[in-house]
Amino acid sequence: MSKGLFRFITVAGPPSCGKTSVILRTIEPLIAQGYKVGVVKFDCLTSEDHVRYQQAGVTVKKGLAGSLCPDHFFIANIEQAVQWGKKKGFDLLISESAGLCNRCSPHIRNVMAVCVIDHLSGVHTPRKIGPMLKTADVVVLTKGDIVSQAEREVFAFRVRQVNSRAAVLPVNGLTGQGNLLLQQHFQQAPQVDSLEGRKLRFTMPAALCSYCLGETQIGEDCQIGNVKTMDFS
Amino acid sequence: MNFEELLQRPLREVLQTYPYLRDFFAALAISLPNSTIGFGEFLAGQDTAKLEEFSLGQEELRKQCAEFINQMELFKVQGDQRIREITVKAGYDKNGQAEKQDLILRTGEVVCVVGPTGSGKSRLLADIECLAQADTPSGRSVLLDGQAPDQRQRLSGEQQLVAQLSQNMNFVMDLSVEEFITMHAESRLVVDIEHTVEQVYTTAVSLAGESFSRQTPVTALSGGQSRALMIADVACLSRSPIVLIDEIENAGVDRRQALQILVQEEKIVLIATHDPLLALSGDRRLVIRNGGVASIIETSEEERQGLLQLAELDHRLNRLREQVRAGERLDFDLQQFFQ
Ligand SMILES: Nc1ncnc2c1ncn2[C@@H]1O[C@H](COP(=O)(O)OP(=O)(O)OP(=O)(O)O)[C@@H](O)[C@H]1O
Ligand SMILES: Nc1nc2c(ncn2[C@@H]2O[C@H](COP(=O)(O)OP(=O)(O)O)[C@@H](O)[C@H]2O)c(=O)[nH]1
Ligand SMILES: [Mg+2]
Ligand SMILES: [Mg+2]
Repeated sequence: MSKGLFRFITVAGPPSCGKTSVILRTIEPLIAQGYKVGVVKFDCLTSEDHVRYQQAGVTVKKGLAGSLCPDHFFIANIEQAVQWGKKKGFDLLISESAGLCNRCSPHIRNVMAVCVIDHLSGVHTPRKIGPMLKTADVVVLTKGDIVSQAEREVFAFRVRQVNSRAAVLPVNGLTGQGNLLLQQHFQQAPQVDSLEGRKLRFTMPAALCSYCLGETQIGEDCQIGNVKTMDFS
Repeated sequence: MNFEELLQRPLREVLQTYPYLRDFFAALAISLPNSTIGFGEFLAGQDTAKLEEFSLGQEELRKQCAEFINQMELFKVQGDQRIREITVKAGYDKNGQAEKQDLILRTGEVVCVVGPTGSGKSRLLADIECLAQADTPSGRSVLLDGQAPDQRQRLSGEQQLVAQLSQNMNFVMDLSVEEFITMHAESRLVVDIEHTVEQVYTTAVSLAGESFSRQTPVTALSGGQSRALMIADVACLSRSPIVLIDEIENAGVDRRQALQILVQEEKIVLIATHDPLLALSGDRRLVIRNGGVASIIETSEEERQGLLQLAELDHRLNRLREQVRAGERLDFDLQQFFQ
């Protein structure tokens, strides 16, 4: 692996769909193979996920958006997160964020984008989720262990109807069943050095800061208005 | 499909040829006019401001529409291709000892997977499920009809080899039995939906101890009825050539009839079980030890004879269960019971 470059993956999905579980089950075998993996967790008010990552021996950074829009908070901090990952010498950095309003998507062009949804959310969900699903490269379907085969097949079909380009992989967040192919996607994710100048795959809605006004470019110069930054020291 | 040519044809005709396009437009909140408009003209007439909400322009809309049709047609073709034989090429057990033989699974057979806890049963099933290519801890590889699967297709998750039936599975959708089967049939792009619904429904009712109607909400079915519907649905409608059964409970479903239906529909049935009645219903038993397939036991003629006796015993036990269920007293003589 060339110096400074490492693989970066954005993972997004509705709250409690199994993001943390899937990430853990997928990176555990990679860590066992010697991969150095870091996670940045973006959330709104509270999150206990960092404890689960720490217990698994994963270096984790938590960012809470508080009163700000979580998606704006995400994009205003993501370049710093990548620089932190670079400094830490990770082979693989994963950002986990809960897509809360289904209007936004944290996915960035030329950065591997994973969307997690669970079968329990019902077969209409794929159409409701929007850009987070539509712009993903890999869609992970969780909790298939507790619904019928018919519901799993209908669900996967509807996901493909919304996003025909993506790989659609069932993974069990409890047992890790199905994680091998996701591991292989992780191992083939495009490498990054910096996100400066990169673009979001989907524009954010209008509200408060420069990104609310349609800005999609990353970088300090583009951040005007109500921007909150994380401490990566 | 030539998309440029399609654009010249009337919308109505295009929708008839590709009925699933209705789903495509529904997802974009685009309503379909009942006029003689051409397909190209219809696409070009979409409000740019509304498309903008989906981050789409005219160009992108046409592109996605073409991609959608391609994907759905591909899906149809895949559904028609039936895999007849799955080979699991020998790998290594937990000590790195080579397995003695390749394993070939053919449609219409029932294979039981047995072995103590931790022996590697789940590993073997997972190897099949992920189409292992010497890249799992066991080093096994899977061939479909003698061919190694295409790596790109493997990573796309398009081909799900294994359909699962287990006791933990429930229906979570708020639909009637009829709506439920219809939805599954639609997602398989089945042409004669009514016929399929009738077939699945009749099969399910024949399997269930107690009858139910097509209007019953799936969430209101009893345990046995749910299981019966799931089995009938998997037999008739699932895309996957393998059905993996994780212990079916005794109550409410005729288990041997269930196996017969799956076999008739040309499934490869894998059962993880230690129940002698089910194990002997299979054609073969894979004995897993220390991570490897240690031996493959064909069900012998003696065992098949034994199965008849076991079935009779099971039948008697079931009568006792019925008595318990009916709130009766069980006054019986064990000696007599075994006669
Ligand atoms: N051939 C093999 N090489 C290396 N590791 C293996 C092999 N087979 C199985 N294992 C590992 O051994 C462990 C136990 O296997 P597995 O979970 O498949 O057992 P099981 O038979 O399903 O047990 P249970 O009956 O408890 O479900 C797993 O971690 C699995 O990955
Ligand atoms: N049955 C089942 N439960 C799961 C699965 N994946 C996750 N869960 C459970 O779902 C809950 C939420 O999972 P979590 O990973 O915290 O979701 P997140 O909020 O998206 O990160 C937890 O209780 C998990 O144990 C799965 O595949 N099957
Ligand atoms: Mg989480
Ligand atoms: Mg197991």
